[in-house]
Amino acid sequence: MPGTEALLPLAVAVPLLGAVVLALAGRWLPRLAIDGLTTVLAAADMMCLALLWARTGDGRAVSWLGGWTPSKGESVGIVLVADRLGSGLALLVATLVLAVVAYSWRYFDEPSGEKSGTFPALLLLFEAGMCGFALTGDLFNAFVFFELMGVVAYALTGYRIEDPRPLHGALTFGIVNSLAAYCSLLGIGLLYARTGELGLAQLGRSLDNHGRDALVVCAFVLVLTGPLVKAAVAPFHFWLPDAHAVAPTPVCMLLSGVMVELGVYGTARIYWTVFAGPGGIPQPAVRTTLLALGVGTALIGAVMCWQQRNIKRLLAFSTISHIGLFLSGVALLAPEGLAGTALYVAGHAGAKAALFALTGVLLDRYGSVDEHGLHGQARDLPVLGVLFALGGLALAGLPPFGTGLGKAIAENASEHELWWFPGVFILVSAVTGGAVLRATLRVFTGAGPSPSERPGEPETTGEGEEPEIQGPSRKIPLPMLAVPGVLLLGSLLVGVLPAVGRSLADASRLFISRPGYTGAVLRFAVPSAQTPPSTGWTSSGVLLGFVSSVLAVAAALTAVRASRGRRSAQLNHRLVLPLRRLHSGLLGDYVCWLAVGIAVLLTALTAQTRW
Amino acid sequence: MAIFPFLVSGWILLVGVFGLVVSRDLIQAIGCLSVAQSSTYVLLLAIGYRRGATAPVYADLPVGSPVVDPVVQALALTDVVVGATVTALLLALVIQLRKRHGTVDPEQLTGLRG
Amino acid sequence: MSRTARLWLFGAAAVVIAACFAAACSGLPSFGTTTHPYGERAVAAALRQRTANAVSSVNFDLRAFDTLGEESILFASVLGATMLLRLARDERKNVPGPERVLPSTRLFGALLLPVTLLVGVYIVAHGQLSPGGGFQGGVVLATGLHLAYVAADYLVLKQVRPLEVLDIADALAAGAFTALGVAGLIVSGAFLHNFLPLGTFNQLSSGGLVPVINAAVGIEVGSGVIVLLAGFLDQAVEISEAGRGPAAPDAKDA
Repeated sequence: MPGTEALLPLAVAVPLLGAVVLALAGRWLPRLAIDGLTTVLAAADMMCLALLWARTGDGRAVSWLGGWTPSKGESVGIVLVADRLGSGLALLVATLVLAVVAYSWRYFDEPSGEKSGTFPALLLLFEAGMCGFALTGDLFNAFVFFELMGVVAYALTGYRIEDPRPLHGALTFGIVNSLAAYCSLLGIGLLYARTGELGLAQLGRSLDNHGRDALVVCAFVLVLTGPLVKAAVAPFHFWLPDAHAVAPTPVCMLLSGVMVELGVYGTARIYWTVFAGPGGIPQPAVRTTLLALGVGTALIGAVMCWQQRNIKRLLAFSTISHIGLFLSGVALLAPEGLAGTALYVAGHAGAKAALFALTGVLLDRYGSVDEHGLHGQARDLPVLGVLFALGGLALAGLPPFGTGLGKAIAENASEHELWWFPGVFILVSAVTGGAVLRATLRVFTGAGPSPSERPGEPETTGEGEEPEIQGPSRKIPLPMLAVPGVLLLGSLLVGVLPAVGRSLADASRLFISRPGYTGAVLRFAVPSAQTPPSTGWTSSGVLLGFVSSVLAVAAALTAVRASRGRRSAQLNHRLVLPLRRLHSGLLGDYVCWLAVGIAVLLTALTAQTRW
Repeated sequence: MAIFPFLVSGWILLVGVFGLVVSRDLIQAIGCLSVAQSSTYVLLLAIGYRRGATAPVYADLPVGSPVVDPVVQALALTDVVVGATVTALLLALVIQLRKRHGTVDPEQLTGLRG
Repeated sequence: MSRTARLWLFGAAAVVIAACFAAACSGLPSFGTTTHPYGERAVAAALRQRTANAVSSVNFDLRAFDTLGEESILFASVLGATMLLRLARDERKNVPGPERVLPSTRLFGALLLPVTLLVGVYIVAHGQLSPGGGFQGGVVLATGLHLAYVAADYLVLKQVRPLEVLDIADALAAGAFTALGVAGLIVSGAFLHNFLPLGTFNQLSSGGLVPVINAAVGIEVGSGVIVLLAGFLDQAVEISEAGRGPAAPDAKDA
């Protein structure tokens, strides 16, 4: 049984070795053996991380790689740090990877036989990248793992080379994210020049010995550009719907379920360890700026989500709008907001991955993910329909799903200081859940009139997709139904089991304790942290969850029944259409928005910082 | 000008991004991405420079002689590898896109919008 | 967004970024400063580890985990690019014919090929002593081999390039790096710990694990880059859409 410190590097090493084994074995072993082997390897890494989660307890596990433990508070090596939020997120990654592996057992018609190990090998490399990013305590190392998950994700997104759209989506994804990563590296360079350090804890400690100036603000914005683009925060979000609408379904499950959330995690981790001190960025400035970004992202995502007819793209925009909520929860800079967000992320991962998995079944059966084209087509799949509706309700925050609990805690975290804060959460979850329910009603019950075409509006239909597997007439393979079912159950359990909430509450208290982190990494005495927030269901939380669910159902029913009135058409023309036109699919536009985002962040933070 | 080399790196970044914004050819756009990335090499190596010092290789240097910062050089090396592999992957995507779409003009890729 | 609007928007953003970046640079220690805390610690550690090339020491010993990530990126992109450049359903492979090459080019290539490969091996092997290392040498090896394509033709390149073997070597070398890390964990309790005897300073065998990892990286980069280039060359030379003739001649020159 390996010690706790050994588990941290093993969580990265196991999938790396696994990828090598699969790439080699794929040449000789038959498909079935490869699938079995992949499952075993994914399960092994999950075990490793579950053990780490259990052993971390309410402390931190620290592992200095290469044995370069610090002497007199200084080291030359790289450190991995696991607290419960980090190891919990890595565990979520491993769980989803295992689910995806099980889901894709019978999924792909593989390219020519000898390379049947390539896809699972890439999945494991993806897992290694995400786990490494979640566990690392070194800024440059975070950049490396950020790029590892990026590279794998670009390749996987463009998997279907017969269709130009996946290639287009993957290319935009690759260029925008790489550019953002290079901006992060410039920021890392600036920080290194100022402090001569790369470790998060050392950077934070060293920054506090210098004054606060333009360099710190610029480095903060540049370093965060990478995570914020990965998190698809507006105006950095344009690449996400293009990539998610076209990536193979199993990949979408990972991208939306956990990779995007890692961007928010990275933002939070870097802020608290490096920039939260007296030499960093003042708390009110960070709070206001991130809150504005988060709420803006949530609203834009919700509006765009409602407009989509391509179900995968609809789910992609719903991810964007939930990311906005996650960022808003984190932006409160309080343990309550963080604990609520952590629960929300876990619940959302299950629900969103399940919805993508179910959409994959539709794609498999009908070669389309178009809400209009599939109108009434799937009447003979009631089980699928029920699961789909459950997924929609989970997104809307129906108690006792984990999403509902996380939402309720995050809503409460603003302590009535921001009266509109719960309103945004309710509105966004009702709209995104309602959009999924609307699609469910249309596709699985054929409710309402067949939607009319809207010529002249920029939109991406979901028709003419290549089915991802051969023989669409076959029976639905069991894993393709069982996996979404289990994922939804997981999302439910996150809300039902009080232990999950309690440990995440503990974890969030630990997460924002900067002296605690620095002390654990550099090995000096750790002061005790504040009391953990409470994370149980409250009556107001249950009530708010029901409100948003009822609103979602009402929105879906109205949308299905009513044809569009003249006033809503005017509103659509004035407000929504320009927003939709901005999502042009053009690379130049997206890069331009990236520059604008950086400039806006720089201006906002410079204006709010007193030197 | 003690900060001139740092400013050069900012200039290179903006030139690369400008290229990405206006480019009408995906191959060129990937080239521009590499240009933008070179700003990180310039910044890292400029940061590591030390006046009067030489390369951090002690094979033919007396131990104790001043050398430039080896850490940023190692970082730049990692950065180079990352950049090269990302470029390869993106070019592979462009090759297939050219075959399927018949164009490398990003302005003509309008299959994903709204 | 129209192109004019995009340009104006970018221009405005660029002005702000430029101003902030310039302000940030004015806060940096001046160019050529003598204070490099991490750098000095790294140099001291490299000398203690008897690795003459401090950069290699950082890459393969102090911050070897970064390099592990970097090599995994290379491995992933080789896998990804071969997957993306696979034969699509409606494509087929052509057999390339022999090409005419000037005798002087052929002679030049035949002379240069062994020299280049030797240089590549030298650069890999002396990574811990002199500037260079696994990555640089690996790239020299990989590109050197393609002299066979320049000086002869694709058929000759295919003969000197056992793709199957190189593909396996790439994966094995990537695995070896991780396995060395796990070995460190088993032998002395720290992942990627430099557990081998450190040897004599400035000798080929110095630096403990550094030359071993260096060699693994050299093999991985060399074979990985060849496999990567093979994917691209296949596209240019061999693969064409079904129903169309062999690839256009200009594709070969590219």
